[in-house]
Amino acid sequence: MEIKMDLISEDKINSMDSMEKLKFVLEGVKSGNIVVLEGGLTSEEQMKLIELTMAEVNEDFPGIEMSGYPTKKGFLNLKRKTRLTVIGPAKIMHTIKKEKDLISAMISAI
Amino acid sequence: MKSGKKRKGILSQLIRALFFRKKTAKVGIYGPPNAGKTTLTNRIIHTFVDENEDIGVATEVPHETRRAVRKGGIIIDLKSKSLLNPNPDSNSNSKSKRRKAKLKLDVVDTPGLATKIDFHEFMAFGLEEEEAKRRAKEATEGVIEAIKWLDDIDGVVLVMDSTEDPYTQTNIVIIGNMEARGIPCIIAANKVDISDAAPQRIIDAFPQHPVIPISALKGENMERLYEEMARRFR
Repeated sequence: MEIKMDLISEDKINSMDSMEKLKFVLEGVKSGNIVVLEGGLTSEEQMKLIELTMAEVNEDFPGIEMSGYPTKKGFLNLKRKTRLTVIGPAKIMHTIKKEKDLISAMISAI
Repeated sequence: MKSGKKRKGILSQLIRALFFRKKTAKVGIYGPPNAGKTTLTNRIIHTFVDENEDIGVATEVPHETRRAVRKGGIIIDLKSKSLLNPNPDSNSNSKSKRRKAKLKLDVVDTPGLATKIDFHEFMAFGLEEEEAKRRAKEATEGVIEAIKWLDDIDGVVLVMDSTEDPYTQTNIVIIGNMEARGIPCIIAANKVDISDAAPQRIIDAFPQHPVIPISALKGENMERLYEEMARRFR
């Protein structure tokens, strides 16, 4: 079985507002795709994504696997810089190892 | 995600801390499933309210707590309750003046936060398929409820299992949200009574937050956690 991977540029992500972004991600993941966001999601967006995901969970879609690097903080914590986030269907993606600057994930489809 | 309550600026946090200190702090007990949130909440209630009262049932089945439960009017008074610690030997370094701390709070025991809920997981614990599916549905609703409670919380005790890898996305997302909202957060590194517990991993993973190694089940090091709660959530 083939698995599609969408690598989304930061420019594309920045052209959408938060809710558009999350719906775009969730739609892709529900279709079975792995979505990689160059600019990443903020913690608040990730929490909202979990909330939206839970409303969609059913027998065929148990949820998502999500991994990302922590946000980088700017001067006086006033500006936060998000980094890469990877989101995939929980059925096929499993994070094996996650460190501050390394994410190792296994993607397997039956 | 911009809403009035979510993005509390540094200035408004400062003003609130200086001039509008709440009489009762609303403290959310958060964490992934099976970290020991309900066991900790029960321990707090046993110590400061009624030793026979439980807020919920703790079992090894994940998502046992599927609705947020709030218990109001708890007074953490370390001066009067210090003798109730069931394991006094574990607190030899936390005596004297620090025990004067006092805090009035409401605790909210929340369902475990997760990015996925698969009903098959419950069947592995012996539940019938229909029961497992029903529990999975309730668990998803519980996660949503836990997230919504974040808008109404003054402080968070984030419970982590010291025997597990702490650097999970769920833990990172919870901490990131606390930091963005300016909500004080204490990490309770739970289950230190288990032989392969490694609370130092949690301390190393989240050095920017206070990490208190505890066993909510055995009551180990609880006074240190209460002292930190009284200090941070007042």
